[in-house]
Amino acid sequence: MKALVDRLLGPVTLVALAVTVWLGLWVTPPDVHQGNLARLVYVHPALAWVALYLSFGTATIASALYLWPRTRSEVLDRVAHCAMEVSVVFIALTLITGSIWGRPTWGVWWAWDARLTSTAVLGLLALGYLALRRATDDAHVRARRGAVYVLLAAINVPIVHFSVLWWKTLHQNATVFTADRHLLIHGIMAWTLLVSFVAFSLAFAWLLRARYRLEASRGAVADAVVERALDERRREGVV
Amino acid sequence: MDTGASPAVTLRDAVALLNDYPLLSGVTLDIDAATLTVVTGANGAGKTSLLMMLAGLVRLSRGAGVVAGVDLATGDLRELRRRVGWLGHEGSFYDDLTARENLTFAARALERPLDLVDPALERVGLASRADSTARRLSAGQRRRLGLAWLIVRRPVLWLLDEPYASLDDEGRGFFDNLIGDVVDAGATVVVSAHDPLRAARLRPRTVVLAGGRLAGEPT
Amino acid sequence: MIRTALLVAGKDLRVEARSRVLLWQVVPFGVMALLLSGLALGPQRAGRSDAAPGLFYLVVVLVALLMINRSQGIERAPGTRASIATLGLDPAGIYLGKVLALAVELWLSAVVLLAGAVLFLHTALHGTLLALPSVIETLAALAAAGTLYGALSAGAATATLLPLVALPAFAPLLIAGERSFVAALHGGALWEWWVIVTVALVAYLGVGILLYGVLEDS
Repeated sequence: MKALVDRLLGPVTLVALAVTVWLGLWVTPPDVHQGNLARLVYVHPALAWVALYLSFGTATIASALYLWPRTRSEVLDRVAHCAMEVSVVFIALTLITGSIWGRPTWGVWWAWDARLTSTAVLGLLALGYLALRRATDDAHVRARRGAVYVLLAAINVPIVHFSVLWWKTLHQNATVFTADRHLLIHGIMAWTLLVSFVAFSLAFAWLLRARYRLEASRGAVADAVVERALDERRREGVV
Repeated sequence: MDTGASPAVTLRDAVALLNDYPLLSGVTLDIDAATLTVVTGANGAGKTSLLMMLAGLVRLSRGAGVVAGVDLATGDLRELRRRVGWLGHEGSFYDDLTARENLTFAARALERPLDLVDPALERVGLASRADSTARRLSAGQRRRLGLAWLIVRRPVLWLLDEPYASLDDEGRGFFDNLIGDVVDAGATVVVSAHDPLRAARLRPRTVVLAGGRLAGEPT
Repeated sequence: MIRTALLVAGKDLRVEARSRVLLWQVVPFGVMALLLSGLALGPQRAGRSDAAPGLFYLVVVLVALLMINRSQGIERAPGTRASIATLGLDPAGIYLGKVLALAVELWLSAVVLLAGAVLFLHTALHGTLLALPSVIETLAALAAAGTLYGALSAGAATATLLPLVALPAFAPLLIAGERSFVAALHGGALWEWWVIVTVALVAYLGVGILLYGVLEDS
């Protein structure tokens, strides 16, 4: 089953992304007010969804499970690490696509808006996590500190989510659903938006899997290094 | 003396890794309660690392071990650390606190009676320096302050890492007598040293470390 | 936990009182940073008190980074770390004690820096005094967060790693503190910023009490 998923995940992701591009650029009509600029809605929200909820959420859950002694394992530490790396990439893409949309709409590449600022802060927190891991040599210490750091950083995710409600912001409020769950986008646009969320979610899974396999290989190499070091150390004691 | 749980040490193929380097490469060792054991070996053999593992300060990476009744792999290492007394060869105190303040802090932390502090300073010959900050003590005096710290703490397992460094002849003699008294009172003492203990009343068991594990015991 | 907290806080404050690093190094640095920020704005704009709250909190954050480093550094000597570890103190108590000591040090620094804000940046005295409760609470939250991030970054690279991991987390506190200072100076709703700081303070204290032991063991 695992081998089948490994073989199919990449091609299915590419197909889903291709369908998103096709629907977003050719099939859906331009927006009444924003014209073709609105086509970024098929990219930007999905990137934000992956960045804030899927990847950060995965890292948070893996970190919480790592800290609980009953479920602690090297696998969870690796998952958290890889998910945070993917999160950094998607946060950056979210901010870039947001800037591309914001320039013609607001007249600036960057605004000190609550949603933008809190997202940028989250990106810096994710970068801080990677810096923390690089600065810590011992694997056990690195895993524990990383896990605690992710839980602290995750406090900011609800701040980002609710920032458009708590403060007066340039960034628009909920785009897809109203507070009482009425759909704001209709027809082919709604379906394209849904496909984009699925496609980018698959992209997250694909990237996470690829990154995890690289990390697992590194772990295997490190284990071999340890065995060799143990042999050499024991030979020191032989007269 | 606070006996707490059993002070015996049992290690089986104990490995300790730090940044993928094996500090200990498979130590198998048993130490009975209320005994004195001297660990010797060349520089880099793993003497300090062994003592730190027994203190719960270095993690067991592979193998098994039980120290002072605490399983090194699954037990509460914080509880183990409360049961052991550690005397390292580096400074062990708050430099900006006086000798008395350092001991008072330790006594309060472990809920020991505060009236143990001055007698401990007296015992190690630091009564006249009780109000000097630790920064102003000589290396030998800091070593004595470390002993006073252990006297106040009364652990079941004493771990002394190269305690003779920075001690003159008088200091070494004092040290040997103190170790003898502590063992007679029922504590287990493990000492790492290059030089053998000299006091006639001490009959330590000696183990030799090489390459991070035991090289055998000299007769 | 409370007993350990008071013991650790007392020890940290006694070490600080004896060494006087705060008095002779950190607070003078803070005053100098406040002066430099005024210089950077230029004489026309430095005298306008609307820049003052932000500059005050920026300097406070720099001072906090130095004091967090110092707080963690008290036990950084390897022998000291090992000896203290063998005392088996309750990590939640250690955390609360370090937070309390750091908060007291930051409050003392803030008194001097607020006086500097009135003197150099011309903030109104009445408004500055009105801002005092929010400053106290914001600094307590900074201490709670900073103690955690200090423990996270403890090690060889603390001096460079601490700012990188802590500053993004300080940003919401910085914003809330600055906004409440502005509201105290010029009028406006203080309560929403109070809520943010209070929630942050409670959240960091909760996480610290639960997880400081994990960081201590590592």
